[in-house]
Amino acid sequence: MSRAFTPKVVTANALLEGDVIYLTADDRWSRLHHEAELIEDEAHAQLRLLHAQSQRASAVGPYLADARPGPDGPEPVHFREAFRTRGPSNYRHGKQVEQSHV
Amino acid sequence: MYDYTDFDEAFVRARTEQFSDQVRRRIDGSLTEDEFRPLRLMNGLYLQLHAYMLRVAIPYGTINPRQMRQLAMIAETFDKGYGHFTTRQNIQFNWPKLPDVPAILSALADVGMHAIQTSGNCVRNVTADHFAGAAADEIEDPRPVAELLRQWSTDHPEFQFLPRKFKIAITGSPNDRAVTRAHDIGLRMVRNAAGEPGFEVIVGGGLGRTPLVGQTVRDFLPKADLLPYVEAILSVYNTLGRRDNKYKARIKITLHETGKEELSRMIEERFEEIRPLFGGHDQALLARIEAAFAPPAFVNAPTDGYDLQRKADPVFRAWADTNLAAHRNDQYAIVSISLKAHGATPGDATADQMRLIADLAERYGHSELRISHEQNVILPHVHKSNLAALHAELRGTGLETANIGLISDIIACPGMDYCALATARSIPVAQEIATRFDELKLEHDIGALKIKISGCINACGHHHVGHIGILGLDRAGVENYQITLGGDGTETATIGERAGPGFAYDEIVPAIERLVRAYLEHREGPGEPFLAAYRRLGLAPFKAALYPAEGARDAA
Ligand code: SF4
Repeated sequence: MSRAFTPKVVTANALLEGDVIYLTADDRWSRLHHEAELIEDEAHAQLRLLHAQSQRASAVGPYLADARPGPDGPEPVHFREAFRTRGPSNYRHGKQVEQSHV
Repeated sequence: MYDYTDFDEAFVRARTEQFSDQVRRRIDGSLTEDEFRPLRLMNGLYLQLHAYMLRVAIPYGTINPRQMRQLAMIAETFDKGYGHFTTRQNIQFNWPKLPDVPAILSALADVGMHAIQTSGNCVRNVTADHFAGAAADEIEDPRPVAELLRQWSTDHPEFQFLPRKFKIAITGSPNDRAVTRAHDIGLRMVRNAAGEPGFEVIVGGGLGRTPLVGQTVRDFLPKADLLPYVEAILSVYNTLGRRDNKYKARIKITLHETGKEELSRMIEERFEEIRPLFGGHDQALLARIEAAFAPPAFVNAPTDGYDLQRKADPVFRAWADTNLAAHRNDQYAIVSISLKAHGATPGDATADQMRLIADLAERYGHSELRISHEQNVILPHVHKSNLAALHAELRGTGLETANIGLISDIIACPGMDYCALATARSIPVAQEIATRFDELKLEHDIGALKIKISGCINACGHHHVGHIGILGLDRAGVENYQITLGGDGTETATIGERAGPGFAYDEIVPAIERLVRAYLEHREGPGEPFLAAYRRLGLAPFKAALYPAEGARDAA
């Protein structure tokens, strides 16, 4: 019996700014976790990762991160990924402020 | 301090130009990330959790006001208005953007600074006693030797691809404030029977996943032999050090696998081979460097104003009692400016604070500044008659905290708020401990107590040598904090002992509070600091305080 596949998103850092980015279903890189494509199939995950790895001019170090469905789109599972959606906890820097403008 | 020669200047400019071109080629797609990563790391540029991070070297923690102002300018222009001073006496900028990095490096080069060899398997920034050149207990200023080591190790063709990174620390004092026993090479100045200065050479110390106290391979090395001897150590390590396993690649493992006797024999043999080849050039160079480190022209003036001000102003007195250290000129004091305001991020300084510090150094401190591995800023030479004025200018700026060496003077690595390798956060734990003990108003009563926090096993926060060490881990997807006790980073270096199972994020601050209350309860009096009490009492009473439920179970 094979283990159930934990859904994933493809995430990386943007080449120029270093910002955390997520691969969307329509092949864009979004700054927002909930816009990411939630990948529920292992083979598809590998294909999406390969696609991300080919985006050398925009994305650095893409990898698959566990995620789960939420009311507004995929949500992070691990606390590290949750921090990556927000920014540091000692200052209101990074996404937690940038996103409040959009 | 040492100023760049034309050679240094040309070298740094050439590297900046070379790296600027590499950045350009990365952005236009000619270089892949795999090709670019080693190049950016050689120039101190990391990619962290939320952004790039640029690590700038502050050789042996010495920096001048002009450089400090330039760091402030960089923080404001290219970052978010602050910088983070690290346990390696470096400064890190947490938010640079890749296209701006060439401009930052060139701004650094304008003031004789760079980010070279702040990463990679090479000899890293040589760290030194932050009271160097000023301490009352110092035999000699160790910084000329540190500068000699910097020049020798920079771009040294033989040592650019060592098995692993290599850290050297140096102190000129018998009281070790540079944690020399936890470095790949520790150099501790001592005198021989004839009274001549030389070095005790310690090899194979290190923290990280295999924490080990270094071992002495030479009790007394004449100063003149230092460079060939250090080169001999590097050369033997470069040959023997393991390249098959990153976790066994540091010289501390080489030492244990080879044995101290054999390793020492090989070092001595290599030393005999290469010493004649130096032909005195290193000594000629050292003499030139020493001239650049001549002490400032100390002022001879009355200090009775200082005594009066101490009596008159309790806030000033409290600050003076904790933040001053003995200077070798008894009209002077060494001032530690705390970057640990209660609730602030340990080691962070805003651009305004950096500029103020630069101004104060010029006005009251013979234009000298140091960064300590404990993430504070030092004005090494302040005449006592200027202390009250200096303190008055610090007040209200977030730099006036009277807590050096106390419980809120915490070392904390960036942890999972920034670092890509982290397994848990460390900064907010430090912030909350400091805030809690400030609320309790117990800090001065507790006295000397060093808490050190790392956000992963790499131990950048030196937790193993904290009197109380805290290590943040990821236990099944939840942050968990392990406590070690009794660590010591001085000449009596000791690796702390694990107290027991870890604590969840919201349990760690109350656990520290129970621990400290147990100390207060069990100490012989205010004259017995935490570490001494721990050494006398052992783990038991502290364990009982940390895990009260278990004690109750045992008693039942
Ligand atoms: S100890 Fe770990 S988390 Fe902290 S700075 Fe070092 S590598 Fe990063």
